Amino acid sequence: MSKSKFTTIGRKILMALSGFFLMFFLLQHLTINMLSVVSPDMFNDVSQFMGTNPVVQFALQPVLIFAVFFHFIMGIVLELQNRRARSIKYAYSKPGTNSSWISRNMIITGLVVLAFLGLHFYDFWVHEMTVKYGGGDMSGLINPNDLDSGYRYHEELVAKFVDPVRVIIYVISFVLLSLHLMHGFQSSFQSMGVSKGKNFIKKFGNVFAIAVPALFVFIAIYHHLQH
Amino acid sequence: MNLTLKIWRQEDAKSPGKMVTYPISNIEGHMSFLEMMDILNDELIEKGEEPVAFDHDCREGICGMCSMYINGEAHGPDRRVTTCQLHMRMFKDGETIHIEPFRANSFPVLKDLMVDRGAFDRIQQAGGYISVNTSGNTQDANSLPIPKADADLAMDAATCIGCGACVATCKNSSAMLFVSAKVSQYALLPQGRVEAKDRVLNMVNQMDIEGFGNCTNTGACEVECPKGISLDNIARMNRELIKAKA
Ligand code: HEM
Ligand code: SF4
Ligand code: FES
Repeated sequence: MSKSKFTTIGRKILMALSGFFLMFFLLQHLTINMLSVVSPDMFNDVSQFMGTNPVVQFALQPVLIFAVFFHFIMGIVLELQNRRARSIKYAYSKPGTNSSWISRNMIITGLVVLAFLGLHFYDFWVHEMTVKYGGGDMSGLINPNDLDSGYRYHEELVAKFVDPVRVIIYVISFVLLSLHLMHGFQSSFQSMGVSKGKNFIKKFGNVFAIAVPALFVFIAIYHHLQH
Repeated sequence: MNLTLKIWRQEDAKSPGKMVTYPISNIEGHMSFLEMMDILNDELIEKGEEPVAFDHDCREGICGMCSMYINGEAHGPDRRVTTCQLHMRMFKDGETIHIEPFRANSFPVLKDLMVDRGAFDRIQQAGGYISVNTSGNTQDANSLPIPKADADLAMDAATCIGCGACVATCKNSSAMLFVSAKVSQYALLPQGRVEAKDRVLNMVNQMDIEGFGNCTNTGACEVECPKGISLDNIARMNRELIKAKA
């Protein structure tokens, strides 16, 4: 362990940076999704831009995929290491007296989010990749041979939320993401060594952790009820 | 009061251990937890049984030797106290008290409730000092101006008694609170800045070699620490590490 390039703290800092990056991504994703409620046309335009712009596709997207993989693989590695640090457990322990459930169970909330990401990738990303790079259709049109058919993104989005089971899965996942972020937001600052303004960071983190997932849930339910 | 004690008994470092139940009576609220353990041990000795081995020294909360995980918490249910300062009035008549050694692979059990905290000594030896000339030419400490706020923070960090409650409490058996207190106490003072980089790198490296877990910022250590060492020290250590690596 001593010869490893990164100390335990170094790994924690990388964990924090990847978490931080994912939170930024979440905000950006939310902004675009909100457009689907406000203006389907704008949503379509931005989706087409994001889906075909080479910088987004070949620079930002790989970084994002790397960050996701890095974050959850490192999360699992750290969790396993931490479990190994105490092979004989306490016969009687009261962790609830000194720490919160969410702070102790980041791996559980994280793994649920990971399972959700699997479904989410299958729902949207795999489909996009198949149409664009598998089928070679970069037009983003409902009917690629008919320029007047309009973009397909908004229609496809709404179609996903017809199924109430899927909506429920989305809602549950976002509740767990919210719990993940309630600890994760402030934790990432602490890991990066920020202790000035700790109380503000905690409060702001809670607002972020509730508001962002809540808006995603709102969008899913909105489309479910609208179709 | 009358109590039921469930205590971890383990012959030596190699033997497996188990929880053993002992009833105990006539315990007064003003007794310390260790006095209660003394009474139990007197009774065991009279009966010709092996007394319960546990660590202790000063019995006034300054040496850090006493340990024990009492009713699911390091140093028991009270706050900002060591086990020797824990009063029996914190417990109710008829209560069952679980007593276990501090658990972490880096703190192997030697016997019963005694654990080997030598890992902390080795971390300390890796960098928890400043190199000064003590051959008679020592500079007067007051000749170096130090802002009061920094002096206070350094003093707060220096109150860590190396008891290991932070490790025992942490779900990851992380030693970050201890190491960060030792790093901070020097990082805040001009005398400590000279070797600051090597100190943080060497101490963190030793911490990793000893096999302590990774901090996940649950904050349990800060709550259970008898000296109230703040999580801010961990943030400071992380900053020191980033500076040293950069
Ligand atoms: C959009 C998705 C996600 C976001 C925004 C996110 C965000 C964060 C943040 C900000 C942290 C705090 C980093 C720190 O403590 O320094 C964190 C920690 C963590 N995350 Fe995630 N995460 C996400 C997905 C996942 C997934 C899929 C897993 C799967 C295992 C996961 C597992 C963990 C673990 C184990 C930790 C460490 C817990 C700790 O150190 O307190 N996360 N996450
Ligand atoms: S930081 Fe607190 S709990 Fe940890 S060793 Fe020092 S005094 Fe004990
Ligand atoms: S015996 Fe010294 S601190 Fe408890």
